[in-house]
Amino acid sequence: MFDAGLRAALFGGLMIGAAAALFYWLNGRIAGVSGIFGDLFLDRRNGHSPWRLAFISGLLLGYLLVRAWRPELGQIHLQTNPAGMAIAGLLVGYGTRMSCGCTSGHGICGVARISPRSLAATGIFMLAAMITVALVRHSGLLP
Amino acid sequence: MRPLVALACGTLFGAGLTYAGMTDPARVLGFLDVMGNWDPALAVVMVGALLVSLPAFQWARRHPRPLLDTQFFLPERFRVDADLMLGAALFGLGWGIAGLCPGPALAGLASGMPEVLLFVAAMATGMSVRSWRVRQRARAGEFECKS
Repeated sequence: MFDAGLRAALFGGLMIGAAAALFYWLNGRIAGVSGIFGDLFLDRRNGHSPWRLAFISGLLLGYLLVRAWRPELGQIHLQTNPAGMAIAGLLVGYGTRMSCGCTSGHGICGVARISPRSLAATGIFMLAAMITVALVRHSGLLP
Repeated sequence: MRPLVALACGTLFGAGLTYAGMTDPARVLGFLDVMGNWDPALAVVMVGALLVSLPAFQWARRHPRPLLDTQFFLPERFRVDADLMLGAALFGLGWGIAGLCPGPALAGLASGMPEVLLFVAAMATGMSVRSWRVRQRARAGEFECKS
């Protein structure tokens, strides 16, 4: 029923869920990437930089480890031009800061906590992204 | 000890994203493209993650504090408000354009691709603009996220 790609997706998902669970059990923190990354340079309280920097460094390290082990994984096929990347990055940064979370903090941790805010945010960003892709790929309105 | 745990959890998180194929914007947009040749991978990743995180977070409710700190650090806001909804919509718009959200973008930085660095720099700028706007207004109820 599951092809190799979907088995990998399931296994990868279990790893992500385990990472979020361990981070909460041990450090008591939500594994929300937008918040951890943003507060690295936006939160002026002292003493939080080491764990934030360590978590974000881990994301890059995890990517490198998987690529070292299985070089065919971790490919990145860009879907838009540099201008699109810049606009998308600005929207993702502004939007996640405004809604206090992204796919990890709301989508995985918040949904697991059954937080009404996270359930709402996850539904809205999924729907907004699906509408965006439909407009970009299927509407014929864009060049 | 806590930074070490953060490094280990970040590494497991980044490895999971990469192994699952979620660092590839093509696969993410393949899921978001419900009118095209739909790829269920992202939904499978979410289900896999929640299979672990849902029982784990519910089980944690029975405990007063985490193993290595004095309290659980949770968001202090509970209402579904306009900022949450508009912010999520803007995030979804950007996600749908590039196929990148913060986790995969940061993990993918390790690929050394300049376009990914451009996305992350723009994302940091967007976060800073939002933070600056909140501090400018500083009106009652205005709210800065905390991790």
